Formats: sequence, structure tokens, C-alpha cells
Amino acid sequence: MSEHSLKNMMEKPERLTPGHRMCAGCGATVAVRAVLRALKEEDHAVIGNATGCLEVSSFMYPYSAWKDSYIHNTFENAGATLSGVETAYRVLKRKGRLGEKDSYKFITFGGDGGTYDIGFQSLSGAMERGHDMVYVCYDNGAYMNTGIQRSSATPMFADTTTTPVGKDSDGKVQCRKDLASILASHNIPYVAQTTFTQDFKDIHRKAERAIYTEGPAFLNIMAPCPRGWRYDMSDLMEICRLAVETCYWPLFEVRNGKWSLSYEPKKKLPIEDFLRPQGRFKHMFKPGNEYLIEQFQKVVDERWENLQFLCSKM
Amino acid sequence: MSAKRIKERMSGNEAVAYAIRQVEPDVMPAFPITPSTEIPQMVSTFIANGQMNTDFIPVESEHSAMSAAIGSEAAGARTMTATSSVGLALMWEELLLAASNRLPIVLTLVNRTLSGPININCDHTDGMGARDTGWIQIYSENNQEAYDNYIQAFPIAEDPEVHLPVMICQDGFITSHAVENIELLEDAPVREFVGTYEPEEFLLNPGNPVSVGPYSVSNYAMEARKAQEDAMVRSKDVILKIGEKFGTLSGRSYGLFEEYKTEDADYIMVIMGSAAGTAKEAVDELREEGVKAGVLKLRVFRPFPEDEIAKALSGCKAAAIMDRCESYNGHGGPLAQEIPAGLFRNHVNIETVSYVYGLAGRDFRVEDVRGIFRDLQDLTENGKTIEQFRYVGLRSKQE
Repeated sequence: MSEHSLKNMMEKPERLTPGHRMCAGCGATVAVRAVLRALKEEDHAVIGNATGCLEVSSFMYPYSAWKDSYIHNTFENAGATLSGVETAYRVLKRKGRLGEKDSYKFITFGGDGGTYDIGFQSLSGAMERGHDMVYVCYDNGAYMNTGIQRSSATPMFADTTTTPVGKDSDGKVQCRKDLASILASHNIPYVAQTTFTQDFKDIHRKAERAIYTEGPAFLNIMAPCPRGWRYDMSDLMEICRLAVETCYWPLFEVRNGKWSLSYEPKKKLPIEDFLRPQGRFKHMFKPGNEYLIEQFQKVVDERWENLQFLCSKM
Repeated sequence: MSAKRIKERMSGNEAVAYAIRQVEPDVMPAFPITPSTEIPQMVSTFIANGQMNTDFIPVESEHSAMSAAIGSEAAGARTMTATSSVGLALMWEELLLAASNRLPIVLTLVNRTLSGPININCDHTDGMGARDTGWIQIYSENNQEAYDNYIQAFPIAEDPEVHLPVMICQDGFITSHAVENIELLEDAPVREFVGTYEPEEFLLNPGNPVSVGPYSVSNYAMEARKAQEDAMVRSKDVILKIGEKFGTLSGRSYGLFEEYKTEDADYIMVIMGSAAGTAKEAVDELREEGVKAGVLKLRVFRPFPEDEIAKALSGCKAAAIMDRCESYNGHGGPLAQEIPAGLFRNHVNIETVSYVYGLAGRDFRVEDVRGIFRDLQDLTENGKTIEQFRYVGLRSKQE
């Protein structure tokens, strides 16, 4: 792997061009560009995409922001669709209908709706079958494209349009599903969880490993949404930093079944630091609601402890 | 040039699996479902024994089968799948995508009723449920037709004037599992007939990337639908051309429908699939008794040959329109709607009676056909009133 430098990395030609219609301050396109930068320039790629903000904003007929071949099918089948493309590649190679040097990589993007929920079966099937592809979830913790409805990735107590905060409601009741560990249980060669750190080294390294490890790989990238989370759009990087420093969104990877932490905060920050700048958690800071923060903190602690245990075993 | 013919005995599923081996598509994603399960099983065995160079994707559902087929075909690989019944229903969303992305995927459908109640036997509810998805639909009477139609499916689907997916249908169990005589072709002439797949635009085309499956605003989406409809209309000539070409190869030509003793017929039964054989048997008996009966066996349901059917029926006194499917509209199944509409538009003023028969595997017998022709005679000759929509072979309340 080459020496990491953000400057060198940014000099690579962009494979997702400007001019798409995603919101300012959106994490999804940052995630896509970071992942695609890990592709070797000489490699071709076919990009898959579940229906969602990214798809409707980047490929609106007759314009496409994608420099590589790209396929969007429907909401719940990005895994299966790309598994078909990857199979076609192997057959065409074998039958000599693609040149020796024509190397393709297969990367599909889905939001948490298309990945954790409606596309979960299709993803699980594609991973279990062992297709040589990367599934990237840009996890913004709700169905943002349809207007901020809860998903199984939505954190507890978040105010969404289907878990609205009200007189009888503190927001979402359930905790978020731990998808990365479910994918790790598929015993695939590579699973990682990441987000945007200041030097983008973590996401770059993980994308590179995911793409260039043979077999199925899954990347879970926390990609904040300024509309759904209600933060100031210039604060994207700060929100990500706080998610990592509070251990709400730990950075880890699972390589061939071996769990390892990619980063351990020197001093774990209290969860309030992550929750406070976000409008979706505003009600948690009302006097008398301290117990909501306590409960949230408890879940974060338990999960962090469990992750440390999984990583220490190795 | 006519090819050598091989005499065999096979079930409909075996015949289609044999044709798949001969065509040797690049990719086949499939999920098992009765009564089409044997097809992916047989193909997997051919692959396991090194008898064909195809990749089988053992997907986790029919929705994923069609999703993977879309990915594979868009990537530039010739792709097919097989299913039945609720499997096709689960694919429904993806059927629309296959057609609207103009991907010439071939699906072999072994017709089975939809749930509920859950039942594994034949009717056409599955295929008819997908009638507005933009797929070409061709129905087969027996194992021979299932084999012949399957081979013709690829050149029809992949024709540059068409570029639409094709569904080849045969009746579950009745055709798929019953062993009958069949005449097969050798591998080489089949492969030559089908040719190589050379798409114009595809994902795995180095240096020429393409984006598939756009979001389309109202400014463009309607034109895309119209282009699909135009292709469906154009496909009729291609289906006829391929049907004729296949005749030169095999000695068996195919049209949009088959007319059996209709030329001078007073009474015609319009029917699809295996029950056409039963209808022909009854017609032979009736002809001996002096009744001028005939059968119009519909082969191509999409595109719907409305004018051709109207013309074929124009000389008779009454037609029985047979649906192996309900529409729950109070007036009969899909054929009972589309055929009279064609008659009306073509100013063909004959009597019609709509029948629903054979749902969920209910037997359809020669006596049933004779009874239906008796209805038509009673209506036109004997001055009796016959309900315009009837069920065939229902149990009485006492039974």
C-alpha cells in the first residue's frame, strides 16, 4: 500500500464528477469519492447503487455523474444486481470476450434503508455466495430520500418523521442494528466500519482493502445527513470526529474473522458531545430528560465494551 | 436448410433444460419453485458434468434471480432464468425493470396458480398477472412447443428492433412433468440459429462506460414508455419471421396463433396452453358428428394479435373465450376482455361466451369442451339464453 497523503490522494482524477444534485454538507458523496479514490487508476469499475438520494441525484436522465459504468436497479436489490454483473464478468473473461488486461472491480453503494432494511436479504445472499465485490453502506441513520423516516440504523431517541417526538414519545424506541457485526458473521474476508477522519486515512485504507481483497467485502460508512440530523452543514467533519471520540461510531475492521480496532480514543468523550449539535436529539437535553442521555450512554458503553472484547481476543 | 432430427421422449421441463444446454446462455440465476424446480436442477447437473459453459447463480429468492439477471444481461452476458407462480409474483417489480431497461432476458415460466389458497397446480394466473410488465409472452401447448419456443426466444428478444425480454410459458405438471414424444435438433444447428449475443451498449465494455437505470423526470419518462410500446408492436413481425425461419430448420413453423379446423367453422374455441390439445380432440369428435367446430390456439399473448384474432373469428357464428385465470371483474379473465375489444374495433359482430376453466389444476375434459360447444349452438341455433360468463367444471353444492 502506498504512503498515505491526503494531498496525493486528492490529485487523483475524480470518478464521481461535480454537477450532481446532492445537498451541501451531505456525507454520501464524500463517502463515494473517498471509496472510489482507492481504485487504481488503471482499473475499470462497475458501480451499483440502491435507490436513494445518491441515485436520484447522480443519474438523472440524460445526465450521469459517474465516470465508470454504473447500474441502478431498484431499492432492495443492489447486492443481487451487482452479483449478476460480477458473474457476467467472470463468464465473459472465461469465454475470452474480455481482454486479459481488462480488469474490473465491483462496488455498490446503498443507504441504510437499502442496506439494513429492504435490501438486507439481497445483500446477505450476495455476500454468502462469495461474489468478488464490495458493498458500501453510506449510513445516515434514516430514510432520508423519502423525508427522514426511521430505519433499523436510526439511533435510539432520534426524532424522525415516523418516530416523531411528542407528548407521548421520546423519538425512536429501539437501538440501532449492528449491521457490521451481522456481516462479519457471514465469514466474508473483509468487513470494516469507518467514517471521515481528518486525514481520510482510515476510510482510504479500508476502501483499498475492501476493493483489493478477493471475495466479498462490506464497508459501513457513517455518512451524516444535514437535513435529517439537523446540524450546520459546515460541521460535517466535526460531527464525524465526535461520533468516533464518543465511541458512538467506533472504527474497526474484521479481516478473515479477526476483529481489530482501528482507533481507540485516548479519552472517551461523553455521548452528549455527539448528541448536542444535532437537532434530532434536541429533546434529550430538556430538563427532566437526563435519563434519556443516560440510557443512550449505557448502550454506547455496552457496545464499546463488547467491541473491545471481540478485538482483544485476537 | 433442414437439420437432422432426434426422436426422444421427454417431459416439458426436460425439453426446456435440453434447449438451455444447447443454447448455452452465459448466466442463469434461479431460485427453485414447483413445478419449474427441475429446470435449474437439470442445468446445474449439466454444468456439474461439464456439459455446458454457463454460470449458475444460486440466488436466495426470485426477486434476486431477476435482479441478478438484470445485472448480468446489462453487463453484456446472455442471461436466462426459470420460475413459476408466486416466484414470478415476487419478481414482478423486476420484470418491469428488465423490460424498461430493454434487456433481452429469457424467462421460462412453468405456469402455476398463485396463492391463496396455496396450490401447486396449473393455471395461468402467474403469467397473466405479469401481462402488463412489457414482456413478450409466448404460450406452449406441449413439450415440443416448449422446446421450440425456447430456442426462438433469444433471436426474438435480441433483435435490434425488439430488445425486450421474452417469457416462454408451458403448463405446470400437465406439460412440465408429463413425458411425451419429442423431436429435438442437434446442438450445432440450434447454436447457429440462436447466434452470438452482441449487445450495442453494456456495462463491461472497456473504454465505453454506460449508466443503466436512470431516474427520469416527467420530461422524458413518457417517451421511454412509448419507445417500449413501439418495440412491442415491432416484435410481432420479428416473431413471425423467426417462427418461419425455425420452420425451415425444423419443419415446424410458428405464427401468432394456430388455427385448427377453423376455416369453415361455425363455432370456435379460443384457448391457450395444454388445454388446446383437449379442445382439438373434442373438435375431431364433433366434426365426425357434423358440427362445424374449430380451435384457435393463441401462442403469442404479448404482443396481443387483436386484429388477426378478430379476422380469424369473423366467419364464425359464436366463439368461446377460454381463460385459465380470473380477473375478478365480474366478466371473465384477460382474454375475455381483450378479444371482444378486438372484435368490436374490427366491427366483427359475433356472439361470444367467456369461460373460466382449469383453475388451480382442475381437470378440463373432452366432455367439458363438448358442453361448451353445445352452449354456443344453443345460443345461436336453439334460441336459448346463455350467461355471458361461466365457470367450467365447478363442483355443485351437493358434492
